[in-house]
Amino acid sequence: MIKTSGKLTHTLEGGRLTLKPTGEIDHHSAVALREEADALIYRTHPEVLAIDLSSIEFMDSSGLGFIMGRYKLARTLNCKTVIKNPGVRVSKILALAGMERIIKTERDQK
Amino acid sequence: MRSVANNTKIKNKMKLQLPSLSVNEGMARAAVAAFCAQLDPGATDIADIKCAVSEAVTNCIVHAYRNTFGVIYITVTLYEDKLCKIEIRDRGCGIPDVREARQPLFTTDAEGERSGMGFTVMESFTDGIRVRSKVGAGTTVTLLKRIGSKN
Ligand SMILES: Nc1ncnc2c1ncn2[C@@H]1O[C@H](COP(=O)(O)OP(=O)(O)OP(=O)(O)O)[C@@H](O)[C@H]1O
Ligand SMILES: [Mg+2]
Repeated sequence: MIKTSGKLTHTLEGGRLTLKPTGEIDHHSAVALREEADALIYRTHPEVLAIDLSSIEFMDSSGLGFIMGRYKLARTLNCKTVIKNPGVRVSKILALAGMERIIKTERDQK
Repeated sequence: MRSVANNTKIKNKMKLQLPSLSVNEGMARAAVAAFCAQLDPGATDIADIKCAVSEAVTNCIVHAYRNTFGVIYITVTLYEDKLCKIEIRDRGCGIPDVREARQPLFTTDAEGERSGMGFTVMESFTDGIRVRSKVGAGTTVTLLKRIGSKN
């Protein structure tokens, strides 16, 4: 029941870096996720950064901070950010913050 | 905030004290959710409670006890009529203007990648929230959640 931290997996295809955090994103886990994500972004210097939220089991407002932080970093590198496949819970929180007005959200048909 | 009727019988009560370590964010929300399971909540109720508790506890750690450590006091009271009251208290720095702090996107910690959405999340995932705070003395956030309501 208690999963202490989120993990990050990534894929790089063409100029598109996909970051896929899994597990729980809170203030505690965001610290490590942030470091790992930023190292990947600097190293791969993508044209598009996709943040895949389909495997998040828990997220609070710290997740919003995590997403906005990566979006801002990507922007300074002239890289476009998209959010991919947020679940019902995550979508609720994104909607509260009006996130979809700032970052394009893509939902793949299942 | 909807008040708790005086005649509503208490079913069960839990008190929890945790040091303000970020690793306890997950611990606190899991413990409160497990305790509330006695009221037979649905998956949405549980997810709502976990998220609201996580917000309040994180605020104790990042704001109330910023650059220091302290104790987070959590009291959960379950009532017979499926009402759940969760109190999260700190003896930290306090909030000078609660009304301003509760505004969406208001944060005093933008460099820390905070979005200022914690109170908004607590409000939308519960059936009532009360914030009492005194600068230098601390803050108490009280969350009410009616189990089984569609919110
Ligand atoms: N327990 C607390 N003690 C002292 N100040 C607090 C406390 N809780 C909240 N605050 C103040 O209220 C502000 C708003 O809190 P809120 O949770 O809405 O946003 P945040 O914590 O800044 O960002 P986010 O929750 O989105 O990461 C905080 O920036 C802080 O100044
Ligand atoms: Mg907060």
